[in-house]
Amino acid sequence: MSGPRIIFFILAAAIVVFSILSITSRRILRAAIYLLFVLVAMAGLYYMMNFQFLAAVQLMLYAGGIVVLIIFSILLTSQIDSTLEPPKKSHLLMGVVTAAGGIILAIITILGYRFKPSDLAATGTDIRSVGRQLMDTDVFGYALPFEVISVLLLAALVGSIFIAQKDKA
Amino acid sequence: MIVLSTVVFFVGLVGVVIRRNLITMLMGIELMLNAVNINFVAFNHYLFPHRLEGHFFALIVMAIAAAEAAIAIALIINIYRQFGTVRVDDVDELKY
Repeated sequence: MSGPRIIFFILAAAIVVFSILSITSRRILRAAIYLLFVLVAMAGLYYMMNFQFLAAVQLMLYAGGIVVLIIFSILLTSQIDSTLEPPKKSHLLMGVVTAAGGIILAIITILGYRFKPSDLAATGTDIRSVGRQLMDTDVFGYALPFEVISVLLLAALVGSIFIAQKDKA
Repeated sequence: MIVLSTVVFFVGLVGVVIRRNLITMLMGIELMLNAVNINFVAFNHYLFPHRLEGHFFALIVMAIAAAEAAIAIALIINIYRQFGTVRVDDVDELKY
């Protein structure tokens, strides 16, 4: 087995194990930390596939931003040593059956389809080409989605400030 | 790679279904969004390496996930002020 393959399997095992731990852990703070491990391992996957910019964004936004936000909200809403009640048997059964059925169906479909790996030359995935294409107004440019996303982020910012303020004016 | 993302997606789904706490449900949703991102990036890297479409899709999904998490946390904190709990079963009134 070659090097990248071994690294992929290590990262994949880490992602699966930590995501399962993250939803089964009884301590909510530990669940958040397991989620952090999952996100960091995913950044490693992106790095392995040569998407350095995406890996950096994943680390900054998810690992640096969202997990910190989740931990803040955990500390604001529950005691640090509080444990979650175990899930109801019916919920657990339903969830696991749904997930197992979905996984089996999806994997049968995926393995039955013959993907053809492309033999075209890869474009550069360095920051320069990413930035040029992101702000390009050409056919494969992404200037319009970029602007729409910026408006959405502004709206989310204002909205969350308004929702979370103490006494509405 | 796609098998991995499938497994992570359904683990996130189970996380949403079996937990009754708003914050853990939010974490399940984050897991599902990340699984979708892995799919986009893997398709881009192995099947269409001459473009960067999946890359930008994943970037935009990340931005939307950030906005969604910010709004969700503001709502959760407001719900906690109002009801004193973040369990979904106890939050059953829309208006006093």
